[in-house]
Amino acid sequence: MAWRDGRKSKSRLLLFISSIILGIAALVAINSFGENLKDDINGQAKELLGADLLLGSNKADYGYKLADSLESEVSYENSFASMIFFPKNQESRLVDVRALEGDFPYYGVMETYPESAAATFRQGGAKALVDKSVMIQYDINIGDSVRVGRQTFVIEGQLISSPSQSMAASLIAPAIYIPMDYLDDTKLILKGSRVFYRKFYKFNNLDESFDLDARLEEDRETLRLAGIRSDTVKERKEDTGRTFEDLQNFLNLVAFVALLLGCVGVASAVHIYIKEKIRTVAILRCLGARGTDTFLIYLIQIAVIGLLGSITGALLGSVIQTILPKVFADFLPVEVTLAISWKSIVNGIFTGLIVSVLFALTPLLSVRKASPLLTLRNTSDDSGALKDPLRWLVYAGIVLFIISFAYMQIQDLRDSVVFSLSIVLAFGFLALIARIAMWAVKKFFPVSWNFSWRQSLANLYRPNNQTLILISSIGLGTALITTLYFIQGLLINQVEITTDNDRPNMMIFDIQTYQKDAIAEYTREYGLPVLQEVPIVTMRLQTINGIGQLQAMADSTIEYRNFLFNREFRVSYRDSLIESETLHSGQLTKVENEGDSIFVTVDQGFAEGQHMKIGDELVWNVQGVPITTYIGGLREIDWNRVQTNFLVLFPENVLEPAPQFHVLITRVASTESGAIYQREIVKNYPNVSVIDIGLILNTVDDILSKISFVIRFMALFSIITGLLVLTGSVILSKYQRVKESVLLRTMGGSRKQILTINTLEYFFLGSLASLSGILLSLAGSWALAYFSFDSEFIPNLVPMIAVYFIITGLTIAIGLLNSRGILSRPPLEVLRSEVN
Amino acid sequence: MAQMLEVKNLTKTYKSGSKKLTVLSDISFEIHEGDTFSIVGPSGSGKTTLLGLCAGLDRASSGSVTLYGEQFDNMNEDQRAAARNQHVGFVFQNFQLLPTLTALENVMVPMELRGEKKIKQKAMELLERVGLADRHDHYPTQLSGGEQQRISIARAFSNRPKILFADEPTGNLDEETSSKVESLLFDLNKEAGTTLVLVTHDLELAGKTERIIRIKGGQIISDSGKKEVATAENTLSLD
Repeated sequence: MAWRDGRKSKSRLLLFISSIILGIAALVAINSFGENLKDDINGQAKELLGADLLLGSNKADYGYKLADSLESEVSYENSFASMIFFPKNQESRLVDVRALEGDFPYYGVMETYPESAAATFRQGGAKALVDKSVMIQYDINIGDSVRVGRQTFVIEGQLISSPSQSMAASLIAPAIYIPMDYLDDTKLILKGSRVFYRKFYKFNNLDESFDLDARLEEDRETLRLAGIRSDTVKERKEDTGRTFEDLQNFLNLVAFVALLLGCVGVASAVHIYIKEKIRTVAILRCLGARGTDTFLIYLIQIAVIGLLGSITGALLGSVIQTILPKVFADFLPVEVTLAISWKSIVNGIFTGLIVSVLFALTPLLSVRKASPLLTLRNTSDDSGALKDPLRWLVYAGIVLFIISFAYMQIQDLRDSVVFSLSIVLAFGFLALIARIAMWAVKKFFPVSWNFSWRQSLANLYRPNNQTLILISSIGLGTALITTLYFIQGLLINQVEITTDNDRPNMMIFDIQTYQKDAIAEYTREYGLPVLQEVPIVTMRLQTINGIGQLQAMADSTIEYRNFLFNREFRVSYRDSLIESETLHSGQLTKVENEGDSIFVTVDQGFAEGQHMKIGDELVWNVQGVPITTYIGGLREIDWNRVQTNFLVLFPENVLEPAPQFHVLITRVASTESGAIYQREIVKNYPNVSVIDIGLILNTVDDILSKISFVIRFMALFSIITGLLVLTGSVILSKYQRVKESVLLRTMGGSRKQILTINTLEYFFLGSLASLSGILLSLAGSWALAYFSFDSEFIPNLVPMIAVYFIITGLTIAIGLLNSRGILSRPPLEVLRSEVN
Repeated sequence: MAQMLEVKNLTKTYKSGSKKLTVLSDISFEIHEGDTFSIVGPSGSGKTTLLGLCAGLDRASSGSVTLYGEQFDNMNEDQRAAARNQHVGFVFQNFQLLPTLTALENVMVPMELRGEKKIKQKAMELLERVGLADRHDHYPTQLSGGEQQRISIARAFSNRPKILFADEPTGNLDEETSSKVESLLFDLNKEAGTTLVLVTHDLELAGKTERIIRIKGGQIISDSGKKEVATAENTLSLD
């Protein structure tokens, strides 16, 4: 019976399920991609690290007894930020210089062009590997020279990737590899230079029972006390997996939203489908069928079509997953192999089936209660619907499904509940908007308006209106897309500096004391303002209120953390505040006479986090010399400003004799003049580094654009599903519109009048839906900005306007396309079909 | 009396697969203002098709229809619609009320389409006339068949038509309700002075009009007055 009844309605049923197809396709694509990525991370784990163990510290001489006691091969890498200079075109660039000694990587490859360059650059001679993007950017070829400090190298090859380097980090400070033998010749390693020292171990003949991770865990405290970081294959695998787990969770949720939109489409489509079928049901009831029998007929139809749709969606998803590695290429640490994930396909089909049935149940339940009297009399009485206990059970089932599915995706109950609640609230908000709109239109109905306007407006609240369904489905899709735009803008604004004011945009650092005046003079001669000259002294914290590192580690009641004692503080000195600072409490105290107590000021947030307060005694080890100070004040710092901000600030007349380096901040008017200035500085003072803020912003903008592209790509599923829902809802109400339009034609309505009525109705629906979605996204974006990003949300009008016009326009277009045949059909044709 | 409707050599054929189906063949007649006129015939005789062509709801394959001096053949759909709005009222077998409008709103539609203002009062008066003023805010699904048909009649007269087409107006109603509806139809028609064209298979109903055309197989088999129908005793044989 299910087949016989359904065979004439194939097109309607297939349309219902197209939303499911897309949602399942998105889920299967993402899950398959995730499974393959996980497998590849596991399989290529050693290549992620390139060694069995990585140790790192900012101290030059460090050791780890366990590692040094095992039979091993060791490679050494010293890295630091510095400027490099290309003699060919006189250009310079900030890079991460990595001096390498040894055969690292022991697993995987350092990807270079040509391939042999990874080996040949360290086989004698002053050769270097330069990041490929830098070479392209500055039009440098293999065989050209590059100057690092005082040493010139010949470029042996392009560096494409290395196990110890992340793609994202290389976008800010791309790497250049040089042989360790030539590091001293660069003359860049001076007192106070910030160098990170790495050791890569490959253990030979290790006993199978030896558990490196367990031994490292035992020595965790010792290593921490010594300021040594460690990383093993297992840890790197877990870290990498975790990073991509977060990404996958996010993508799964985006796909889930697309699926939910599809569910709304299914529910509304089945609702309308059942309304059409209710007379058939009544006839069956007259002929003796029970309520359960008729219910089962349509449940079977929906289940079968749901299954077919899920299978189609799963197959489509398996195809789409081949595109995903290309989309995420810039962010993946491993090469993803493409394989069919049967687990994802089966899960997808199962999910699609559950979703089809669950969301179709609400309208299907009314079939049980359909009265045989409908064959005799066309009554519509929904008053008993809400009293049906099964209906509430179905609602509860839907909520439970959403929470469970979210949990399966992100494995966090709290987040799942929050996410589900957010979805329910979002739908609730949209439904509320729809109800308010319908009430408002009815209450303040413009009786004096033209008939076409009144007819279209009144269709929003009349029986069988689509207002609630369309506002919910389209509104949610609109909200999602607009929120993504807002958040992208928010992230960019956090790092953006406007170029039409006096803010600094270039920093020169690592200036030695004897170079300070000359560089400042050159800057002025070049016509640039010296906005700030800042001395920087490096030091470590010895004791806090008499408590040292050992005592703090031994006594768990002491709240001072180990990193405070290991950290190399970069401190400056002055007797006044700068633009980016305000005094939170206490005061700045000068040192006027020898023997005066020294009062420092500390960043308020840092002090709070480290349980420090005004009056605390801090004893510093300033490169071997202990200096006792007291916290005299707390400063609030705006860290978003491009200025040299310091956690700790000394007064003048204390640190002047200490070994130090300087930072100079200026503002260049244009990229070209900035490039020339930078080139001359680096040429004449090769030890200094220059940070071009504009370049960094462009790079950050680039990264954010890549991320937002990825997000928008995934959000496309939601958009398309939303459009499908819109199309489906519009098409499925076609028969009703045809009848109404033809009757109006019969009574003398002109083509223009009927087109106007239809256009305006879709205009109102599209407007309401898009405006509701935009409103929802404003609320969501504000919440994300306030709670997640700790930032101020300033909505951008441009995406709001664009989204409004696009969504409204699409709604009108689809609605009118749907109506195009109506006006050309002779009225009698339709009226006869009614009579017959 | 002036001529209201002229039908000349009207033919209508439909294509059904590779075959041609002639539903009406060479029909000609005239109706004058104020006449009451029936088209009778068995099911499938072409009477509804003829009514539809007369009202401008469809296009003939050949021949012409002139309503109130305006020839339909030369008009596009909009012009036909305008003509219907100005001159024509309809009553259908299946009532054909707009399901999303209340009774009052249904009655108001023809007037709204003409752009008339302050029509609510007029519509209420019509509802009053058909005895359903107290149901003005009910939707068609909340009304019985007879009530729906009365609303339909009220709507048909709302634009003060010159000619009223009624297609089996009592076809879906019981005898008692049919009788009430018939009375209402004829009374309102008489009050308004409208020309009435009735399509029915019910000879008793047809007998209440002044003139009857009988159709069979798409052709007029007789065109006579009331007297001839009464003596023929409901048979449809040729005279």
